[in-house]
Amino acid sequence: MTKPVLHLQPRVKTMISNATLEQASYEIMKKAAIDIPEDYLAGIKSVAAKESEQLSGFVIKTMINNYEAATEDRRPMCADTGLPRYYVKVGDHARFDGGFTGMERAMRSATARATIDVPLRPNRVHPLWRTDNNNNVGINSPEVEWSFEPDADWIDITTVHKGGLFGTDYRMLFPGDGIDGIKRFLLDTLISFGKRGLCCQPAIIGIGLGGSKDTCMQLGKQAACLRVVGNRNPDPKIAELEVELKDVANGIGMGPMGFVGSSMAVDLHIEVGHTHTGGMPISVHTFCLSSRRATARIHADDTIEYRTDPMWFTPYYRRETVIWENT
Amino acid sequence: MLNKVNLDLPASPDDIAKLAIGSIVFLNGIVYTAREGVYNKVLVDGRELPDDLTSRSNVNFHCSPAASKNENGEFHIGGVTATASFRFSKYLAQWLDLTNTKIVIGKGGMPVNDYKNILAPRGAVYLTTVGYGTGALLGRGVQSVDAVHWLNELGIAQALWIFKVKNFGPFLVDSDLQGNSLFAQQGELINQNVEGLYDGLKEPALHRYGETGNRKDELM
Repeated sequence: MTKPVLHLQPRVKTMISNATLEQASYEIMKKAAIDIPEDYLAGIKSVAAKESEQLSGFVIKTMINNYEAATEDRRPMCADTGLPRYYVKVGDHARFDGGFTGMERAMRSATARATIDVPLRPNRVHPLWRTDNNNNVGINSPEVEWSFEPDADWIDITTVHKGGLFGTDYRMLFPGDGIDGIKRFLLDTLISFGKRGLCCQPAIIGIGLGGSKDTCMQLGKQAACLRVVGNRNPDPKIAELEVELKDVANGIGMGPMGFVGSSMAVDLHIEVGHTHTGGMPISVHTFCLSSRRATARIHADDTIEYRTDPMWFTPYYRRETVIWENT
Repeated sequence: MLNKVNLDLPASPDDIAKLAIGSIVFLNGIVYTAREGVYNKVLVDGRELPDDLTSRSNVNFHCSPAASKNENGEFHIGGVTATASFRFSKYLAQWLDLTNTKIVIGKGGMPVNDYKNILAPRGAVYLTTVGYGTGALLGRGVQSVDAVHWLNELGIAQALWIFKVKNFGPFLVDSDLQGNSLFAQQGELINQNVEGLYDGLKEPALHRYGETGNRKDELM
């Protein structure tokens, strides 16, 4: 009797492992801290080319030297490595080990590991007792924001390292305040935080319009941190307003460090959300000269691909239609 | 072209007197970090300064490094960046008197009155870091960690670090011994155009405190 021949099929992995999620989260912590995203670098170079003031020009040139030094030495471009946090997009068909709480645990562990290894500055302290775990992990931190994507079997994890003391403000405007009100608040925010360069301009400016107070803040922050330089809002009128407001920012007469110049904004992004009929809440955020973000896509076969465009604002994410068809 | 200066530390009174605002400076020698954690410990809690601090360095950097300790107990200094100095105004006169510090380095300068009333009369000047994100360039300039004090009590970000530095910079001179300020001068130039930016923009429907200083005012 002859034995039957076994034809072994190559085993295709279809489960994302928790260890891979941890590794991807760790790697993007490193990449974000060290390597300036290419879109921001191209953007700042084009801003530099238009800057005619000597002091402002010197500052931008020095920053470009700094990005090169960071990448060459594999050291953080800025020692204020901000408040490291995560934005996660999970495909409807993604299958992963350990569940959602396991994924959060992996991201906490990756943050702590990266803090020692990169090193990141252990910025996270208790707000009252100022106690520090020395690893950027603590109560409610790192923050993790979740979103979902139809027809996808991957998981995208993005980290953003943003300083947090200056450059953000919120105000309740009213429909009658109109575009004038938006311009006025943008000018107020940029002039107050731009003096002495406290918001570390030239920045990617994010504006959140609408939603409720908390989502208005979230949308504005995501507009600053999760869209690349050159990207425009899909609504053509909002896209036009983005360009107009960017010119308003660069027309203040201010450059980096609050010196005389024309370099306030590398780009300006607006995100909107339907809001209360009586109001027009607005938030302004500035993603600084060290605009640090990095994304990992973990594919269904457990492999990782890295990039610097978070691709966060998908048509599904903006949910422009009443039903869920717009994917 | 902007003027460029290489300064050996500790800086002599002559060297400091020669620093002109807007010049680019690189430092060689010993600098120490101190911010609110250290100021509180010494000036509020009354703790003694580290023994050799005042004899070795007269440069106070408002800085928290991105640093970690390896298994051998050695420090790995990654990036080095300043924090905003205006918050430390209230400590400064006492601190300069106690430590004989002559150069303060930080982010964004201090109010011009602090230069006139506190720094200049004590023969001290202020240097600002550039762009505020030059963590890698400044990290390169740190040759070694000479000592670190109060690491356990204050943590990495607030501890008093003593760095040996070489070609450490660039910094820009913000204040001189006459109490002039580069930031203030640049700010005044920008202010000349600020009102015009609001021309034709209507007032907001609801005002905020800050737009009126009187808390008894209605905001509508």
